[in-house]
Amino acid sequence: MTGPSIEPKAHSHGLGEIPFSKLATHGSFDVNDFPVPNGREEEWRFTPLRRLKGLHDGSAQADGTDKLDVDAPEGVTVETVGRDDARLGTAGRPADRVTAQAYTSFEEATVVTVAQGAVLDRPVRITRQAQGGTRFDQYVIDVKPLAEAVVVLEQTGGGVRAGSVDVHVGEGARLTLVSLQDWDRDAVDVTQHNAQMSKDATLKSIVVTLGGDLVRLSPKVAYKDGGANAELHGLYFTGDGQHHEHRSLVDHNKSHTRSRVEYKGALSGKGAHGVWIGDVIIGEGTTGTDSYEHNRNLQLTDDTRVDSVPNLEIFTGEVEGAGHAAASGRLDDIHLFYLRSRGIPEDEARRLVIRGYFLELINRIPVEDLREAIMAKVERKLAEHE
Amino acid sequence: MTKFEIRGLRADVLIGEDERQEILKGVDLTINSGETHAIMGPNGSGKSTLAYAIAGHPRYEITEGEVLVDGENILDLSVDERARAGVFLAMQYPVEVPGVSMSNFLRSSVTAVRGEAPKLRQFSKELQGVMKDLSIEPSFAARGVNEGFSGGEKKRHEILQLELLKPKVAILDETDSGLDVDALKVVSDGVNRAKESGEMGIMLITHYTRILNYVKPDFVHVFAGGRVAESGGPELADTLEAEGYERFVKAGA
Repeated sequence: MTGPSIEPKAHSHGLGEIPFSKLATHGSFDVNDFPVPNGREEEWRFTPLRRLKGLHDGSAQADGTDKLDVDAPEGVTVETVGRDDARLGTAGRPADRVTAQAYTSFEEATVVTVAQGAVLDRPVRITRQAQGGTRFDQYVIDVKPLAEAVVVLEQTGGGVRAGSVDVHVGEGARLTLVSLQDWDRDAVDVTQHNAQMSKDATLKSIVVTLGGDLVRLSPKVAYKDGGANAELHGLYFTGDGQHHEHRSLVDHNKSHTRSRVEYKGALSGKGAHGVWIGDVIIGEGTTGTDSYEHNRNLQLTDDTRVDSVPNLEIFTGEVEGAGHAAASGRLDDIHLFYLRSRGIPEDEARRLVIRGYFLELINRIPVEDLREAIMAKVERKLAEHE
Repeated sequence: MTKFEIRGLRADVLIGEDERQEILKGVDLTINSGETHAIMGPNGSGKSTLAYAIAGHPRYEITEGEVLVDGENILDLSVDERARAGVFLAMQYPVEVPGVSMSNFLRSSVTAVRGEAPKLRQFSKELQGVMKDLSIEPSFAARGVNEGFSGGEKKRHEILQLELLKPKVAILDETDSGLDVDALKVVSDGVNRAKESGEMGIMLITHYTRILNYVKPDFVHVFAGGRVAESGGPELADTLEAEGYERFVKAGA
């Protein structure tokens, strides 16, 4: 496979210089195109490399298995395919060494196709239970034109996992993708989501990260045409010693595209570390981009750490809207004041506000039993610190 | 019969880490149950500070004086204890609390103030009745507290809480601001229904006389320079309507 350069594209210096993005829109399918990271690189500086269990330096051996179950309604085709399937790797290139390693080393992939015009009467549920060991995976979710689907990827169990989820949202199609990272406490997961948005496509991505020792998830969005709208929502609840890192990249490479990125985290307990990197590129020569990104972190105890970095690069003067906001801190005392001014005792007001913080996002998941299951898990984690 | 007394109240607004400014400079006022007192005054005179300081807002600190409900100084109480002691503040800018549903919030609040959980069916009937009286769509009960509500919807929900909680003293902080005439009538009707029992005293803070056509005051006080500058009967409101606050702004400066 021809590996595209992972270096920024060559450009002339001096007058008429074409600016290029410093953000990682480049990448490669070949692990050998990436040096072994030492932790000082921009893309690795927040990640504790020694907890990657060898994913980054080639020492991890693929010896793990998953118990995979896909429940799909009519209108959906589910296939297990080998490395040579032409549909693999068509939504975006791995942007770092670990996801490139996964692409170089995977043996089989799962392809879920929603037929053109199919409006699913229930969600597609992919239940993935990791049974230990190390494993590299590729998933493809291909939603054909004018189809409407909810796809849930529920991930539990233990082990070391790396890979990609490629998402194609066809012309006029609507996809809600829920990815739940509810791994065992010692699990490692490094995954990249690549979404390709066709004309007038709508994607709502909801990422919920609760488990694992180290989860690094990078949702990326690129556009093939105008009229497309991508909303990326995320929720993470990072407990004692957990590392949860979310790195979104929305590349507004076409005119008249829209994106919203809203990630919310709660952190509690010693060494809990949350990282949010929100990259947005508004491409050269594009017009009518509407983009906004937002990250909030609720630090329930003082011994937690948050790194929140929005990056906005604009290469055009014709932008409809572009902005970002980030806030980290303790519970909002004005929220507490309002509830308490209605007689609600302080501890109960705290409980209500904290649960509200989670529910605001969980309520957007269009699958009732999943909402309840996630809230129950959040309750269990809250019980550990309350 | 309840007596609500503000005595020699002084309070600072906390601006920054080491920055504060005195806003209330010795406020004295007594409100008996069944009485409606209008507090009128120019912008920046400290009317809203008075309301927030009594309720215990974290941005304000009381430096002197007392606020008594039947002789008990509520300044010794926490924010929620003050509410349970019968003091209610309808806020000028009600707070949005995302993810906490209005119905859950109201049930928690009513349970806390009444001291026991209301029977579910009874409460739901009561809530539906009050919502209907205030022309609030039933769907609002499932929404987050004030989340995405318009200014008028927020004000209606403040009065909804007033009607459910039946306080001894209600402080209404510019409840009329931003309302059109129809909404003003709906909200005023709610206040008047709560008044009917004769057991509630009202402190009605307003910049304009318009709401006084619907909620009739027994007393009118002019607030300027952080204290009550002049007190009188309902006719004082007419004088203010004709002459404005200019006289008091100069006196307070």
